[in-house]
Amino acid sequence: MKELVVISGKGGTGKTTFVLALGSIFKGSVLADCDVDAADMFLVLNPEVKESYDFSGGKKAFIDKTNCTECGKCIEVCEYDAISPDFVVDEVKCEGCGSCVYFCPEKTIEFNEVVSGKVFISETRLGPFVHARLKPGMENSGKLVSKVRNEAKKIAIEKGKEIILTDGSPGVGCPVISSISGADYVVVITEPTVSGIHDLERVIDLLQHFKITGGVVVNKWDLNPDKSLEIEGFCERLGVDFLGKIPYKIEDVLNAMNNSQTVIEYNPDCEVAKAIKNISARLRNILNN
Amino acid sequence: MKIAIASGKGGTGKSFIATNLAYALSENLQVSLVDCDVEEPNAYLFLNPEFKEKKDITVKVPVIDNSKCTGCRLCSTHCEFHALITVKDKTYVFEDLCHGCGFCMRICPHGAIGEKDKIVGEFSYGFVGRMDFYMGKMKVGTELATPVIRYVKNQVKDRGVVIFDSPPGTSCPVVETIESCDFVVLVTEPSPFGLNDLKLAVETVRSLGLRFGVVENRAMEGVNIIKDYLNREDIPLLSEIPLDREIAEVYSHGKLAVREIPSYRDKFLKIYDEIVKRVEL
Repeated sequence: MKELVVISGKGGTGKTTFVLALGSIFKGSVLADCDVDAADMFLVLNPEVKESYDFSGGKKAFIDKTNCTECGKCIEVCEYDAISPDFVVDEVKCEGCGSCVYFCPEKTIEFNEVVSGKVFISETRLGPFVHARLKPGMENSGKLVSKVRNEAKKIAIEKGKEIILTDGSPGVGCPVISSISGADYVVVITEPTVSGIHDLERVIDLLQHFKITGGVVVNKWDLNPDKSLEIEGFCERLGVDFLGKIPYKIEDVLNAMNNSQTVIEYNPDCEVAKAIKNISARLRNILNN
Repeated sequence: MKIAIASGKGGTGKSFIATNLAYALSENLQVSLVDCDVEEPNAYLFLNPEFKEKKDITVKVPVIDNSKCTGCRLCSTHCEFHALITVKDKTYVFEDLCHGCGFCMRICPHGAIGEKDKIVGEFSYGFVGRMDFYMGKMKVGTELATPVIRYVKNQVKDRGVVIFDSPPGTSCPVVETIESCDFVVLVTEPSPFGLNDLKLAVETVRSLGLRFGVVENRAMEGVNIIKDYLNREDIPLLSEIPLDREIAEVYSHGKLAVREIPSYRDKFLKIYDEIVKRVEL
């Protein structure tokens, strides 16, 4: 079993569209949506949810005022300024360290798990699918990402699936690190813009930091052919695979999305679909070796 | 006045709106731009600020004095972030998992835990003409963006119009950026993905009780997926930026639309007027 994770430093470069297209090409793979802040794959997959459960990523403090003597010890030990002068815990600021709970002399601070999201396990026309939804403003999306990946692996083992296709999240922080750690191969989707290149450099840095192998796809390459070439050269210099490029054809991508289809399902002969098919052939070789 | 530019979905044009808005306003107003998208800060690529100051951003992490540690495990069993582990009579620190709460230092009965600074990012400050420019850049390989954002926000001089370029998404780094702002501009695009992520962003700003409005980027004639939703929810549409290959190309070169395409200057100034109208209500 091989897990292929698709990420992008910069958002909106086409991760989800690309993963869905791969789902059509490598039909029967397990699909996992790890962009838990903005999970969109379900919009195209119309999943039939088989199982779902609440996810708790941590605890939060709650002061029970009945025994509170307002001694101020909790405020003193809180590094996050999460407790107000009238002894109410700000749920957003509280990071759940438990200091106040431990040091409260009256033992009047409760410390309970809070639900931070929900995990869904589904069947779709392209294969089994795991996704999650993070409650807005919640932290610990890294833990939720790990949960989604673990569920996907479990399904792949149970059902004897060979490939897991994972849609990662943008950036280089905690959810991204959780998406790529231990992955067999990472595809970075970028675009030929100054910001795309800047963010690509940081993501490649991240892959090398964690010693993960990966390759690069340039989406919307014809928007700026010079910058696209620059990216090819950059990959060669760093010894990262250059997997191919996809043309800027927003109508094909949007029409597919509006029909709840992958670009391959929408029109297997459109330029975007053809480009992704070429890239998928290279990926198949890489995964087989 | 503090304005945050945010979006649920990445790549909808947050930095595009933030940089062009700041630049257009800076011709006549005192403006600061604060890039809080610390995982991937991009605004500087478009504004080319003259940097005056760069500083490491650090957090406190524990250091164990193993000559004093008895291996009692009080710290490692109480660390909610699993950043400490005690094996035999030695305790080890996983600095990347540490949230800097200081619990272990307070709880250690043997005084074996001190602290040291760990670099998590870099702060930069400079000017773009008369505009103040602030930026945080998270060190690659670091997990937590919030301490970097918090540091940058604390450096900002609160004068004139302050524009915050937020990270994408709806989780803690976004909340850290937008929570103290007078107005939030949510940037979206007319697609099912754009709409879904906009709804999540709306839920986030509403839960924080913030005033907000929407800019529809890459708008297309006859495509009303976003506008229909805004009408139903009674959310103001501040502006529509049309889908235009010329803008995409200008952007790809790291240039500003308000400088390259003159008609965009008024379009961005009008976004500000729409915001002012709603903040003064």
